[in-house]
Amino acid sequence: MSYVIGVTQEESVPKAPLREIPPIARQFHVWRLIGAAVTLLIAGSIILSLSQNEALNWPVIQEFMFQERVVAGLRLTLELTVISMIGALILATIIANMRLSPNVVLRSISWAFVWFFRGIPLLVLLVLMFNVSLLYPEVSVGLPGQTPIWSASSGDLLNPFWAAVVAFVLHQSAYTSEVIRTSIRAVPKGQIEAAESLGMTHLRTLQRIVLPQALRIAIPPIANDAINLLKATSLVAFIAVSDLLYSVQQIYASNYQIVPLLVVAALWYLIIVSIMSVGQWALERRFGRGTARLGTTVKAAGGKNR
Amino acid sequence: MTVIEARSISKQFHHHTVLDNVSLSVAKGETVCLLGPSGAGKSTLLRCLNLLEPLEAGAVFLEGELLGFREQHGKLYALSKRKIARQRQHIGMVFQHFNLFPHMTVLENVIEAPVGVLKQSKLEAKRHATELLDLVGLSDKAHAYPASLSGGQQQRVAIARSLAMRPKVMLFDEPTSALDPELVSEVLEAMKKLALEGMTMVVVTHEMGFAREVADRVVFMADGAVVEEGPAREMLTNPKVDRTKDFLARVL
Repeated sequence: MSYVIGVTQEESVPKAPLREIPPIARQFHVWRLIGAAVTLLIAGSIILSLSQNEALNWPVIQEFMFQERVVAGLRLTLELTVISMIGALILATIIANMRLSPNVVLRSISWAFVWFFRGIPLLVLLVLMFNVSLLYPEVSVGLPGQTPIWSASSGDLLNPFWAAVVAFVLHQSAYTSEVIRTSIRAVPKGQIEAAESLGMTHLRTLQRIVLPQALRIAIPPIANDAINLLKATSLVAFIAVSDLLYSVQQIYASNYQIVPLLVVAALWYLIIVSIMSVGQWALERRFGRGTARLGTTVKAAGGKNR
Repeated sequence: MTVIEARSISKQFHHHTVLDNVSLSVAKGETVCLLGPSGAGKSTLLRCLNLLEPLEAGAVFLEGELLGFREQHGKLYALSKRKIARQRQHIGMVFQHFNLFPHMTVLENVIEAPVGVLKQSKLEAKRHATELLDLVGLSDKAHAYPASLSGGQQQRVAIARSLAMRPKVMLFDEPTSALDPELVSEVLEAMKKLALEGMTMVVVTHEMGFAREVADRVVFMADGAVVEEGPAREMLTNPKVDRTKDFLARVL
């Protein structure tokens, strides 16, 4: 009987001898240690060779870090990034809401917008915007077939800086609208129902309930987008806008210190990206209120309740 | 006086009839429990009362006022979203999954609509919120975030949040179904208190004890229609229709 249901008879179970059980020994992962050693060796030799390389020329790097033209280029890079990102966020929010609309026209047009501006290379778009006057030599406002109320040549309207802004806004909003769209959809339907049952209007629900929760989800990818955009602005060198990269190019064209000046540009980009990462961390903390993982819940609840 | 009334409402989901010519009328101060097997249309009926579900036929009235539509030339035309939002202010709703706003503290959850919709001053809203949190026994959690509360506590906050709008009627959609068994009674206690204070309530529930003890009237639904209704005690102990007898025999 005991055999059939798989129960061994008591006398056949071997008893462990009564003694103290030793602690579990620490495991050594030999290949992991070898891997670490090799990686350290490679990284060390690269750093060593860089520090001894004469062509890197640290004094020159130091000299040009805060040189007037470099700083002016840096300022322009920052302006370009900030203006384009703000424009892209506004346009992206509109596009995202259009894509979530029940109306088929709004949905199709916003889909086509994303399809088009995500599909063409940024550099192509940039050069195209720079040459937009070939496509539309003149911009006029007025009713079709009548004398325009106002008109101007597109070359005057869109100097290279603003042509670049337009290109970046179009390109970036196509990407960011997808982030915003998915983040809005990630907010549970019950949140909207709760807000509506309290008599909140559609706009108020979006503002107070949906967007704050969607932003928490959207911040990491949007920060990513912003960092990408900062570096992508270096493409304006192609249309002779004197941003950070174009400025150092101008300088090394006359003094031939190519590598040190590229290092100057690289260092500045690294510094700005680092600052942006800190900003991302702060925003994540701000919008993460109420999520237990960040520990803000504990703080807000106070010692008394814990 | 009738506070909320559904008059012959019907609704379909993909050619499947969810509500078939259902009428329900709730008087001021009355507590009505909607009972019945799952899929009977109890929750859908409740959500129709709050216009969260669009109707296909019939109408809902709040104190005699037609909800969601205006009548013109013998037809009903849908009201603007803004007007519907205004009508909803008077109907409180408590959900199965609480649906507290996770990015706001308990106090912020409760004062959000009074400040944002009713345009009360923050001070006034906070005073009222403190009273309500006291009523549901959570005054010490005012500054906690929902994630740090138990399910029962969250549901009690949700009740306080609805009450903050001073609704004419409160709808409860299976308020204890998502709770651990030991947390059910604290929510039911809060609801009982509310019923005793004279709040008009419509409750979809599977808690027969609550229905027997607190409800004035019980409505039994099956397959999208009202099968039987009557005073709570009488109907729960002495049902007349076989369908009701079967159901009660299985759940009691």
